[in-house]
Amino acid sequence: MNVVSPITKLTPKDFATDQEVRWCPGCGDYAILKAMQRTLADIGARRENTVFVSGIGCAARFPYYMATYGFHTIHGRAPAFATGIKLANPGLDVWVVSGDGDALSIGGNHLMHVLRRNVNLQLLMFNNEIYGLTKGQYSPTSRAGTRSPSTPWGSIENPVCAVALALGAGARFVARSVDSLQKHLPEVLKRAHAHNGTSFVEIFQNCIVFNNDVFADFTAREIADDAEVFVEHGKPLIFGKNKNRGLRIKPGKLALETVTIGENGVTETDILVHDETNRALAGMLAGMERPTMPIALGVLYCDPTPSYEDGVKDHFEEAKKHGTGKDLNKLLRRGHTWTVAG
Amino acid sequence: MSTVTSVAQRPTPTVRRQELGSAVVRFAGDSGDGMQFTGSQFTQATALAHNDLATFPDFPAEIRAPAGTTFGVSSFQINFGADVIKTSGDAVDMLVAMNPAALKVELPALRNGGLIVVDKGSFNERSLRKAGFKSNPLGDSSLDAYRVLEFDISAMTLEAVKDFGLSQKEALRCKNMWTLGFVYWMYGRNRQTTVDWLNQKFARHPQLAKANIAALNAGHALGETAEIPHGLHGFTIGEAKIAPGEYRTVTGAEALSWGLVVGTKLAGLQLTFCSYPITPASALLHTLSNLMEYDVVTFQAEDEIAAACSAIGASYAGSLGVTSSSGPGIALKAEAIGLAISAELPLIVVNSQRAGPSTGMPTKTEQSDLHQAVFGRNADSPLAVLAARSPSDCFEVAIEAVRIATKYMTPVILLTDGYIGNAAEPWLIPDVDSIRFPRVQFRTDPAGFQPFLRDPKTLARPWAVPGTPGLEHRIGGLEKDYDTGHISYDPINHQRMTEARAEKIRRIADDLPPQTVEDGAEKGRLAIVGWGSTYGPINRAVSELRKKGQDASHIHLRHLWPLPKNLGELLAGFDKVLVPELNTGQLTTLIRSRYLIDAQGLHKVSGQPFKINEIEAAARECLEK
Ligand code: SF4
Repeated sequence: MNVVSPITKLTPKDFATDQEVRWCPGCGDYAILKAMQRTLADIGARRENTVFVSGIGCAARFPYYMATYGFHTIHGRAPAFATGIKLANPGLDVWVVSGDGDALSIGGNHLMHVLRRNVNLQLLMFNNEIYGLTKGQYSPTSRAGTRSPSTPWGSIENPVCAVALALGAGARFVARSVDSLQKHLPEVLKRAHAHNGTSFVEIFQNCIVFNNDVFADFTAREIADDAEVFVEHGKPLIFGKNKNRGLRIKPGKLALETVTIGENGVTETDILVHDETNRALAGMLAGMERPTMPIALGVLYCDPTPSYEDGVKDHFEEAKKHGTGKDLNKLLRRGHTWTVAG
Repeated sequence: MSTVTSVAQRPTPTVRRQELGSAVVRFAGDSGDGMQFTGSQFTQATALAHNDLATFPDFPAEIRAPAGTTFGVSSFQINFGADVIKTSGDAVDMLVAMNPAALKVELPALRNGGLIVVDKGSFNERSLRKAGFKSNPLGDSSLDAYRVLEFDISAMTLEAVKDFGLSQKEALRCKNMWTLGFVYWMYGRNRQTTVDWLNQKFARHPQLAKANIAALNAGHALGETAEIPHGLHGFTIGEAKIAPGEYRTVTGAEALSWGLVVGTKLAGLQLTFCSYPITPASALLHTLSNLMEYDVVTFQAEDEIAAACSAIGASYAGSLGVTSSSGPGIALKAEAIGLAISAELPLIVVNSQRAGPSTGMPTKTEQSDLHQAVFGRNADSPLAVLAARSPSDCFEVAIEAVRIATKYMTPVILLTDGYIGNAAEPWLIPDVDSIRFPRVQFRTDPAGFQPFLRDPKTLARPWAVPGTPGLEHRIGGLEKDYDTGHISYDPINHQRMTEARAEKIRRIADDLPPQTVEDGAEKGRLAIVGWGSTYGPINRAVSELRKKGQDASHIHLRHLWPLPKNLGELLAGFDKVLVPELNTGQLTTLIRSRYLIDAQGLHKVSGQPFKINEIEAAARECLEK
């Protein structure tokens, strides 16, 4: 049973702990922490009802800085712990905080399964394209050729695209934002929170020590407007400093292309309107890469279905309707019994 | 009570029945022949005839091994009688072999002079060759040491079911019921439970139900109408002296499931059972999945690690998380169990042990995960270890595991094995209302709360579950400060916390009843110390030895870690200590290192349980030395 405390509006500060934050100065995690504390205050979250669950890595320190319940678990397994928490108490509001190594490498299996099961929780993946806590090895999202202590000649592997993987695993909510976007990020987090089912949010996070400016090819102030497209349901996919660039389906191809409104006869009506319930579109947005395309940010996909807990609840009700009741003595006497007379 | 079946309409002709104290029957056939069903039906009917009994299902790892091969043989052994039965029997009195392969594989278990019932219809050239027979054993002298009853069971089954419009294949599937009917007649068993069971099982296919019942009756009638060859007779086995009360048969998997349900219910908790399919542990998952009405949540996780982690998550949130597996799966869970030790959360880990290492022999039994349970994690990571000794004992041990896990905020590993899990025995059903069990108290008071503030007596930390206002806190696998619960890398603090975790587990021993002696004196020449499923053979061996005037005692451990407080003192009262185990000496090592005594091991790792005479022989050798 969750006891509801008297409703006094909490401020972002009320969600901060007295623990000294131990991330490197200038780490993108600070900004995400701030956005999260803001978000919880804005949505009127209750501290006692909120649980942060993490695995291992820099991002996994997150729960210690939130004045809610928190469980810092083991590498890659946070989604499994979170699933257990929701099985025990579906009323809790659970946020999983993970990183690219934690979620996509050692925990790749659990990520896939929590998404397809659609457990009602928020899963935030801080992507810094590097292993921070273990001192800078390349990660599963590092771009090919990344030089690191374990890849002095540059990494050979191709990176995984987190949002494409989430869509492939059957996620019903997939969104993306950037640590420094202090207006955009809380809005995305609120949407994630409002969604029933697993909400997957990739947050590009700058690791100032081991991978500084790895996202500068689209987040750098001078180019961001032309390199990022903020997607919004029902709105045309327009971007650019002058709001005159847009995405459309390449004529005769199942592919997106960028066009400029006013050039080559392109008008605003030619621009694709974002439909967040369209999985094929979400897949194409997820697949856009620099430098040819802008990076899509915002809610790429949101198409709710009943959550795993909804299914469990239905089964409970069904079982109780058909069951023999809660009498434990009856349980032990199911099937054949016989009596030996004294 | 009459031992002659009451289902028969006509009066039984003058069949001579020989009175026996007990008998061992083994049903053997192809994995597809339904030998496990046949055996469990015979078990049910035998229990209803008020015999004491013990069973040993033994089946291959393959689901449907190629028909007629020796590695595809599935068997079910039952020992039943008017005496106390504690093992599935050393030597088989009657072997039912549905094909040549079954005869080939199981013959060594048959005693000299034992009875063989074979389906001679299945002894054709092809199946004989597949089984590796050079000539037909039914035609040469190789079975001269036994009595052989040959029936063309295939043909007689086809004849019995010919009116039900079944295909040849379906009709032949009724062979096992024909055979069961015959064996029922041999031992004067009542067919009614099987008739009821068939009607229920084939409720949607009444033709199949009728055909199977017809086959059952035909097999029975063969004995009844005295068409039986050369001086064969049936047997009578008297009722065992059994304590009065309500009984049922129970397998270890059932008793364990119900124990977990009863324990958590009495504790006032939801049971959240998280598991990944693995032989031979899956039966628990299946049983518990059908108990949602008792607030049981089951979760089939994506892997063993996720199963352990989700169980721990459930405990963190106020359920009792239980995970279950077999040795290889437990190895995968080790890191998560370490977290539960560090975060001091209740957790039950059930290990249905099987023969190893690695994949080993999944359907064969072994007790070789004791060291894994006690020591198998990184760093100093103590927890409690319990072991069940028999199918019905699983019930009590499961309740004890719930008690220790919740009272001491610790993981508990509960060891059972494939043999206990699948075997059945009669069980005097307990009255749940008479079980005394404390309800769990969650921490709710924020005043002076600190997540790792220990109870001065048990050293357990409070169970403060998310959802409780004012108790918001953060825990994890990093070392915690003894006084504040915050992360701490302080050297003195780590020493203190490590010692506190060990002391907490040690104190469980203060809370246990003293170890008793199962059979024999509390002091003497020889103590035979066992744990787990070796209970039956050790107990019978000690009883035989004592009958013959030998000074031997049986001590059987339920609590393996911490060991009972008085165990060292108890063992010191014996000149010799013998530890029979289905491994190469794990408890022996534990006892030797813990008590510095010269305990001797008796080791068997063949995938089969001990025979009584193996233990008896080792004990005699010990006593003579
Ligand atoms: S190593 Fe990188 S990700 Fe980790 S705290 Fe430092 S800056 Fe942040």
